[in-house]
Amino acid sequence: MFANCVDPSQLQGLSWLLCYLTSGKHLMFYSSFLVVIALMVIVAPIALLFGFGGALSARSHFAPLRWFGKAYTSMVRGVPDIIFFLFVPVAMDQGLEYLRSKMLCPPTDAPIWSNNEFNVCAAAKLPLSSSPQIYHEIYGFMLAVVAFAIVFGAFAANVLYGAMNAVPRAQLETAEAYGMTHAQVRRRILIPQMWTFALPGLSNLWLILIKATPLLFLLGVEDIVYWARELGATKSAIYDYPHPDWRLWYFLGLLVFYLGMTRISELILSRLTTRLAQGQATMAGEAMRKAGA
Amino acid sequence: MSSCMQTIADYGLRSIGFGERILPRGTFTLCEQFTLIGSGLIWNVYFGVLALFFGFFCATALALAKASDRAVVRKPAEWFIFLFRGSPLFIQFFIIYEMLVMLPRTGISLGGLLVQTDWVTSAWAGALLVLFLNTSAYAAEIFYGALRAVPKGDIEAADAYGLAGWSKFRRVTWPTMLRLAWPAYTNEAIFLFHATTLVFFSGFPAFQQRGDALYYAKFFADKTFNPFTAYPIAAFYFVLLTLTLIMVFGIINRRLNRHLPGAQRPKLRIRPQIIR
Repeated sequence: MFANCVDPSQLQGLSWLLCYLTSGKHLMFYSSFLVVIALMVIVAPIALLFGFGGALSARSHFAPLRWFGKAYTSMVRGVPDIIFFLFVPVAMDQGLEYLRSKMLCPPTDAPIWSNNEFNVCAAAKLPLSSSPQIYHEIYGFMLAVVAFAIVFGAFAANVLYGAMNAVPRAQLETAEAYGMTHAQVRRRILIPQMWTFALPGLSNLWLILIKATPLLFLLGVEDIVYWARELGATKSAIYDYPHPDWRLWYFLGLLVFYLGMTRISELILSRLTTRLAQGQATMAGEAMRKAGA
Repeated sequence: MSSCMQTIADYGLRSIGFGERILPRGTFTLCEQFTLIGSGLIWNVYFGVLALFFGFFCATALALAKASDRAVVRKPAEWFIFLFRGSPLFIQFFIIYEMLVMLPRTGISLGGLLVQTDWVTSAWAGALLVLFLNTSAYAAEIFYGALRAVPKGDIEAADAYGLAGWSKFRRVTWPTMLRLAWPAYTNEAIFLFHATTLVFFSGFPAFQQRGDALYYAKFFADKTFNPFTAYPIAAFYFVLLTLTLIMVFGIINRRLNRHLPGAQRPKLRIRPQIIR
């Protein structure tokens, strides 16, 4: 990056370290932190949306929809989320390629899953093998987002379902007594009132999401764990910056990153909790009312 | 059917090194997948049970330390809990593995006694250590919360009966703490068993391809390019494992609450999102 970094073998001490930490690979390492943060920021609203859908359909009066909602919310209770993280991207990828092969490929008799292979014609591949590397990376990232959104959507559905049940029954009955329809009660009373009950669970979920992001590495995305392993591994003299096994230091760096993220999130979420408790018929709300009066 | 019995005999204990050395090849039958993934489950149960057992005592001690008035005791416990609850288990696995690798290969001499160190980097010891520390931290936070929720009246009653120190803790504080913490602790146990699937994806090598249930499920999924068989089988085993756990913890829960009148007994409700 700097002009004096052209010949690293001549460098000593601090300037060596400075050049080392600004090498091209390291800049990619730093940008992979943005990938992780992007994942969290993209997944959170989608998962919340999935959770909303799951929780509302679990409360639905229409039986098949309710069964679907119940199945979705209980999906993550018995099965480790890692299985979903491994399963969903591959299943999605194969499902999409299967559909594309039905549309784009010349019809053949050969089954698509056979002889331990997954055979679709080149035109059905996603992304096409001719497309540039960046498309492959974006596609991999999108699959990861979907996997995370499905798993965390199920978690969120659990939280929101519980929160909707926690809204005092009397409030909903009052709304019904005013002649509101089911949809109106849901939109005007249930959803605005449930947030204070949902927030502890949702903030917990956000912390779990932060701590689940290193699993991106398992999905083959070049995330911070990938780069920490890559950069930290022993570099022999043929490299520009030879060094022994430094993986421990890189992982300690990641540890500090995650602890910092957790701490900052906790501080922000506790302020949000206080704000949402305002005027609620809960102990926290009552305490605030008394303090104000 | 008889060939399936043969498969079970060959691969039933494959994950712990008994039976056939070479993994199946070519076309994989459903029986082979069921057997081998089930065999891998032995490791999940091993990690889960031992980490939970040792972690239980460590967590009780940590919870007491965190509730202590003396900062010398309280601060380290708080830091330990924050460190392990605030960082991803995946990163913890990597860091502790790298630390264990750094131990001298030849062993450490402790007062003339040579302690071998090569075994600590293997999964059965190293990963168990990580899971133990991790579950200790999570359970300690649960126990700490329960400890603070122990009713004042119970403690006063114990004082009135002349109980003090260890016997007060053993007979009143501790059982009440456990009783209050139990539903959340059940969730933690389920999460821990689910977390054991990370072990062989996080640096710890699967010696001679002896891995856990998910390791074999991924093996089959990668070999057949078909995720729709192996992963559901692994999921099926974990649902069974979770149901067993809920049953066992439910029995303990009933015993912890046996002195209460029926209506006051808390039911075990599994809400995984609340605590982690």
